[in-house]
Amino acid sequence: MPQALAQQTVSTSAAPRSRRWPPELSILMVLVGLAFGFELLGWIFVRQSFLLNEQRLVVMILQVSVIGIIAIGVTQVIITGGIDLSSGSVVALTAMVAASLAQSADAVRPVYPSLTELPVIVPVVAGLAVGAAAGVVNGTLIARTGIPAFIATLGVMVTARGLARWYTRGQPVSMLGDAYAGIGSGVLPVVIFLATALLFHIALRYTRYGKFTYAIGANPQAARVSGINVPRHLIMVYTIAGVLSGLAGIVTSARAVSGQAGMGMMYELDAIAAAVIGGASLSGGIGRITGTVIGTLILGVVTSGFTFLRIDAYYQEIVKGMIIIAAVIADQYRRRTRDARA
Amino acid sequence: MHGEAADAPDRCLLEVRNIRKSFPGVVALDDVSLRVGRGTVHALIGENGAGKSTLMKIIAGIIPADAGELHLLDRRLELRSPRQALENGIAMIHQELNLMPSMSVAENIWIGREPANAFGMISHRELYRRTRALLERLSIDLDPQAEVRTLSIANRQMVEIARALSYDSQLLIMDEPTSALTERDAAHLFTIIRELKSQGKGVLYITHRMDELREIADEITVLRDGRYIGTERIGNLTREQMIRMMVGRELTRIFPGARPVAGAVVLCTRGLSLPPHFRDVSFELHAGEILGIAGLVGAGRSKLAEALFGVTPASSGKIVIGGAEIEVDSPRAALSCGMAFVTEDRKETGCLLTLSVLDNLEIAVLTRDFVRLGFVRGAAVREACAAISRQLRVKTPDLGEPIANLSGGNQQKVLIGRWLLTGPRILILDEPTRGIDVAAKAEIHQLVAQLAAQGAAVLMISSELPEILGMSHRVMVMHEGRVTGILEREQADQEKIMALAAQ
Repeated sequence: MPQALAQQTVSTSAAPRSRRWPPELSILMVLVGLAFGFELLGWIFVRQSFLLNEQRLVVMILQVSVIGIIAIGVTQVIITGGIDLSSGSVVALTAMVAASLAQSADAVRPVYPSLTELPVIVPVVAGLAVGAAAGVVNGTLIARTGIPAFIATLGVMVTARGLARWYTRGQPVSMLGDAYAGIGSGVLPVVIFLATALLFHIALRYTRYGKFTYAIGANPQAARVSGINVPRHLIMVYTIAGVLSGLAGIVTSARAVSGQAGMGMMYELDAIAAAVIGGASLSGGIGRITGTVIGTLILGVVTSGFTFLRIDAYYQEIVKGMIIIAAVIADQYRRRTRDARA
Repeated sequence: MHGEAADAPDRCLLEVRNIRKSFPGVVALDDVSLRVGRGTVHALIGENGAGKSTLMKIIAGIIPADAGELHLLDRRLELRSPRQALENGIAMIHQELNLMPSMSVAENIWIGREPANAFGMISHRELYRRTRALLERLSIDLDPQAEVRTLSIANRQMVEIARALSYDSQLLIMDEPTSALTERDAAHLFTIIRELKSQGKGVLYITHRMDELREIADEITVLRDGRYIGTERIGNLTREQMIRMMVGRELTRIFPGARPVAGAVVLCTRGLSLPPHFRDVSFELHAGEILGIAGLVGAGRSKLAEALFGVTPASSGKIVIGGAEIEVDSPRAALSCGMAFVTEDRKETGCLLTLSVLDNLEIAVLTRDFVRLGFVRGAAVREACAAISRQLRVKTPDLGEPIANLSGGNQQKVLIGRWLLTGPRILILDEPTRGIDVAAKAEIHQLVAQLAAQGAAVLMISSELPEILGMSHRVMVMHEGRVTGILEREQADQEKIMALAAQ
């Protein structure tokens, strides 16, 4: 029956996709709606503008930048039909390792007394390498042994948190060098977040890496039959997610000017929420970086809006939870209408 | 053409009046009416996208109609769910079977209605007794305690039929019930259908197989593009007339004339084995040749195709391509040898359902072409895909359309296009026209013949003998994992093939 809609054969000029309603539009409207909702409530209850406050907006994005960086990796994992629960713990482990290599000469009890005042590139590369290693472990477990992604990354999540504590026997790592701390200061985290988003937006849309990622999520069997090396590609996707968690760990420790084993607690859930709110489907094959960025901003607006209205943090979590559920219901609904047509 | 449908009113079981249904942007059914008499098999035919499935779903209560009425035994029905349809005596047997694999035959049949014992627990003895009685009445030979996942597709279908009849249904809707059955199982199904007829039940039957209509149907109703075209008694129509009603034009020949050739050997196997699926398979495939592979379901044909393409590599034996022995251990390796593989199951191993037509077309060729420094050469690949999609006459508004919105025949064309983009020298087709309409089928036949004429070597598995006979230069027949014969086109006929396939 759908072909009644399309009696003409495919148009000759490789047709643009623009006629279709971009899936991000609805979620963007939710973001705008929330922002204006807070604006309105602001004028009614606290006699202030929510949006016309540059500082608040910067802090708002700053707060969610780290979640956003993780969510970009998690989105790619979700597109393949997988999940990554290890991101928050990898943030902590990376923060510890990177911070231990970023201490200044006047640190009270440095982790490596002979390794202070290193060039800032050393902790950064070390941090990214730790993230990559965690990702390789995730990817290898999932692609080569066939354990479900949920279980594999759950194991890595617990292990990485343990390693972060073991690394300094639970002691925080402080007194970091100025150059390292600079990574987390000002709006640099926001820049890192948006640059990463742009990079992977391009990668997903215009590279072979992106095409294969979607294909594997849409139908792993068909992807394999089409000549894609599915295990190798999955390992790559999880490694990229790990590297981005590592990057998030570096930014977190730089912002706090210290490394603590409790950092990044539950970040994986916020990142998954951002991706899902942004339209990524947990059954794979669907999801976009633009959606995830908007999803991240929605989390930011809710947090910052509730603080602005001086409402208890408890309500914040309740509302966040409801938004996540609403996003998944919307996804189910979309899928049902698609299947009904198919 | 309406004449014959107007039977005496007392014989009418189901009457469908002026049904309309539209989906966003599409009118799926436009003023469709039909009547099914008691004790008759009424076939509903039409191309893919004609609206058959939509009409079935409305009658079975799965989706509501926008307008129109349903009457069963002169009672007007307002169906809001499949459950209500069942309670009113209408049962549907789906194309994709809806059974719980890890439960027994009996549990599947009576789910939600299990007999209870004095303690309110399920009485298994009573459950099995009832199941045995039901199966016996239908002359279905199955163990009520067998787990459904151990059953063949044909037997699962029997379980579905038994379940449908356990509701004491008056009308049974069957959506392409024979598409996954062997000839013998289909014959058994027809026996059961005749038995139901003699009990006064009505059957509404969808099929793409023209040959079985004459065997089983009493009347046919033809739909085209959502519109009612006509109803006739089966005896009043020739095959050509039916096809003309379905497509609105005369198809002169269903099969393209293919010419015999004697090209170089492109692919040959020596003693290829993968127990328990197939053993000691040796054959040669020439350039420009279409080698048909016939056999019953379960003869190991699909497994052989999968082994040739490296999906599940063979455990022993040799594959020689273009004179060199090659270890095909992954589809990737097969692809780089110039092979292409259109799999049997569009949904399971073919379509990327969440993605667009373009994404589906380009995915295989991107493994080795149209990529520079990791970036896809978007404009170039889009142009190539548009060209192939024009060549195959894929009906889609544009390449960005989700493939899920296309009809089965058009999806199949996209999957064939996916492989044509890689410029294959060896094309393996597993049931290339299963479940697609007559016109798309003819187009695919034409295309395959044309590819062979251009020098491609084609290996075509098909369960439809007319397709095998009409397309192949040679026919290889398999039975229980072994090659039982390779027939030249001139010697091949239906009887010889069946004799080799069934042994």
